[in-house]
Amino acid sequence: MRAFSYERASSVEAAARAAAQNREAKFIAGGTNLLDLMKLEIEKPSHLIDVNGLGLDKIEKARDGGLRIGALVRNTDLAADQTVRRDYGLLSRALVAGASGQLRNKATTAGNLLQRTRCPYFYDPNQPCNKRDPGSGCSAIGGITRQLGVIGGSEACIATHPSDMAVAMRVLDAVVETVKSNGEKRFIPIADFHRLPGDTPHLETTLERGEFITSVTLPPPIGGKHIYRKVRDRASYAFALVSIAAVIQPDGSGRVAVGGVAHKPWRVETAEAELNKGARATAAALLADARPTEQNKFKIGLTERTLGAVLSEARE
Amino acid sequence: MQFEKPATTNPIDQLKVVGKPIHRIDGELKTSGRAMYAYEWHDPALRYAYGYPLGSAIAKGQVISIDSAAARKAPGVLGVITTLEVGDLRKGKMNTAKLFGGREIKHYHQAVAVVVAETFEQARAATALIKVDYAPEKGAFDLRAEMANAKTPDPSTEPESAAGDFQAAFGTAQVTLDAEYTTPDQSHSMMEPPASIAAWDGDEVTVWTSSQMIDWWRTDLATTLGVEKEKVHLMSPFIGGGFGGKLFLRADSVLAALAAKSIGRPVKVALPRPMIPNNTTHRPATIQRIRIGAELDGRITAIAHESWSGDLPGGGPETAVMQTRLLYAGENRMTGMKLATLDLPEGNAMRAPGEAPGLMALKSPWMKWRRSSPSIQSSSGSRTIPRSIRKIPTARSPIAI
Repeated sequence: MRAFSYERASSVEAAARAAAQNREAKFIAGGTNLLDLMKLEIEKPSHLIDVNGLGLDKIEKARDGGLRIGALVRNTDLAADQTVRRDYGLLSRALVAGASGQLRNKATTAGNLLQRTRCPYFYDPNQPCNKRDPGSGCSAIGGITRQLGVIGGSEACIATHPSDMAVAMRVLDAVVETVKSNGEKRFIPIADFHRLPGDTPHLETTLERGEFITSVTLPPPIGGKHIYRKVRDRASYAFALVSIAAVIQPDGSGRVAVGGVAHKPWRVETAEAELNKGARATAAALLADARPTEQNKFKIGLTERTLGAVLSEARE
Repeated sequence: MQFEKPATTNPIDQLKVVGKPIHRIDGELKTSGRAMYAYEWHDPALRYAYGYPLGSAIAKGQVISIDSAAARKAPGVLGVITTLEVGDLRKGKMNTAKLFGGREIKHYHQAVAVVVAETFEQARAATALIKVDYAPEKGAFDLRAEMANAKTPDPSTEPESAAGDFQAAFGTAQVTLDAEYTTPDQSHSMMEPPASIAAWDGDEVTVWTSSQMIDWWRTDLATTLGVEKEKVHLMSPFIGGGFGGKLFLRADSVLAALAAKSIGRPVKVALPRPMIPNNTTHRPATIQRIRIGAELDGRITAIAHESWSGDLPGGGPETAVMQTRLLYAGENRMTGMKLATLDLPEGNAMRAPGEAPGLMALKSPWMKWRRSSPSIQSSSGSRTIPRSIRKIPTARSPIAI
C-alpha cells in the first residue's frame, strides 16, 4: 500500500470539487473493496476523500411515490428496511445474497455500484490485465474463465460486474443521482450507468471525474413477485456464476436481469416479451449474442435453468 | 491406524482418552483469544523489525536480476535480502523444492526476496518497488495433459497392489461399473498463516513459529542455514491450524532467520494470504478410475482403483488408492498409482492425505447405485450392492455415471 493523504469532506459539493482537483483522489465510503485493492496496489490513490459524514444515509419516500436511497446507506440497513422489504423485495433479497454480514454492515449503496470486478487476473499484479494496466493485454482470454463473462465482452476484457444489488436495481429501473464537480446535478438511469468493456475496460461507469453519487432512486412500486436466485460454487460468501433478478406479474409478464454473465447487470428489455413462452425462449433472447469460452459455456444453460426455476417459483 | 484386532486392545478402543471429558490445555486460551500465535510473541525489550516476502512472478525458470535499489531507499527500510544475494542454500530433507536461495524458480510464488522495515506497512510498500527480471521456461501444469507421461512412482510409496485375478473376475462379473472421478488441487488456508519470528544471539537462533513437527522443522532449518542443529531453538506452543500444512520447514522461517541475521535485530515474517496457496504444500489434483464387478446378489467379486497425480521432481503421489486395499470384501483386486511431473508447488499431506480424495471416489458409486434404486434401504456403509440393481437394464455393461 502506498502512502496517501486523507480528508473528511464537509459537503457534497466540496467532495466533488476536491475529487476533480486531484487526478489521484478517490472517494472512500465503506472501503470494503477499495482497501483490499490499495493493499495490492491495484488502486493507488494518493488522496482519500471520506464521504461517510455527509448525512447521505437516509431512506426516504420520493415525491413521485418512489424511494430515495442515500448513497451512504449500508447494505445491511437497506436490506432490512421495511419499505424495501414490502415494495422492493427483490432488492432486499439480492443484497442478502451478497458478501457476508460483516461486509454488508460497512458496504454502501453507491460503493456497491462502484465495486471492481473479481476477475482473478485483475487481482494478480504478475499477470497482464487491460483493466488494471490499460494496453497490457488480457490474461483471462485463454486462461481460467469459469467465473467470467459470456456476453457483452470484448477482445480486451471478459470480466463481470460482481454486484448482486446492481442486478436487482437494473430490474427496478433505478436512477443514480449525482453531483458534478461544477455543482450540477445529474440523473443517470442504471441502464446507462455501467459500461461494457470495449477497448477501454478500465472505464467501468459513465461517471465523470469528480462526479459524486448522492442517492439512488427507485420508481414507485410495480407489484408482482420479486425473486432473486443466485447460483454459485459455494453456498455462501461467493460471487454468482449466474444470478437471476426477476419481477413477475400474475399474468406471466415481467422483467428479468442476469448477473454473473457480463461487465454490467444484463437486461434485454425486448427479451421480456418472451417471458410468457417460458425460460428457454427468454434465455435465448437474453443471451442471443453470447460468446462464451469452453470453460464457461455452461452459463448459457445455467441461465436458462435458473430462469426456469424462477418462473416456476413465481407461479407457486 | 488399522483396526485388525478386537476392541479393548486398540488404543482408541481402550477409551483412556477418547470419550473422556478431558480438559484441553489450549482450548480455553484459543477460544478466549489469549493463545499467543507465532507472529504475536512480543518481548517489550526487543526491537522487532517486520519482513514482507516477495513471491516469484513466474512458475518455472531463472531469476536473471533483482533491482532492489528503490526498495532500499524507501521509508523505514532496514534491509532487502534477495535470493540471488544469499545464493544456493541446502534444501531440507523434508522439502521437495528449495524454499529460498539461488536463481532457479521451481514454482509460482517461490520466495525471491524479503524486505525488512520498521513497520509492516513500510515493508509491504517497499516490496512493491522491487523489479525482478526472469527468464521463464515452459512448464507442465495440467495433470490431464501429462497423464500419458505419468510413471509408476518410487517403490517405497507402495504404488501397486494385486490380489487374485482382477481382469478375469471383472470380465465375467454380472454387474460392472467403470467410472472416472477427478479432484482439483486443494490448498491449505488455515486461520493462522505460516509465520515466524527469528532472533539471533551470537551464533544461535531462536525461532517462534507454528510447527506441527518440531524436530523435522528444526533439523531442516539448521540444514538450510548451514548451522548445527543444537544452535537452532524452536518455540511453537500453539498452532492456529496445521492439517499437514505445517509439518516441516516453510519459507517464513528461513526468511525471518536470514533477515534477522542480516540486520542484527529480531524479524517477524508472515506469509501474506495470497501467497499461501503457492508458497506452501497442497493436496495435488487426482484423476481416478474405479472399476467394480459384482454378482446380481450384490456380492463384490472385483475392485480396481487407479489414481494419477502430479508433483515436482522428487515428490510423491497423492495416495488415493490406499483405502481400497483395506475396505470391502472382494477376492480379486488391483490398485495402482501413477505420478506425473508437474511444475506446481510441492504436493504433500493435507487433512487425511490419500483418504479424502480416494474414499470420495471409492464411495461415490455406492451413492449413485443407491440413488438409481429408490427402494433400497441399505446404509452407505453397506458392503454389498443392493439386490434391486437387477432393475438396471445395463447389467453386464458399464453403468454410466
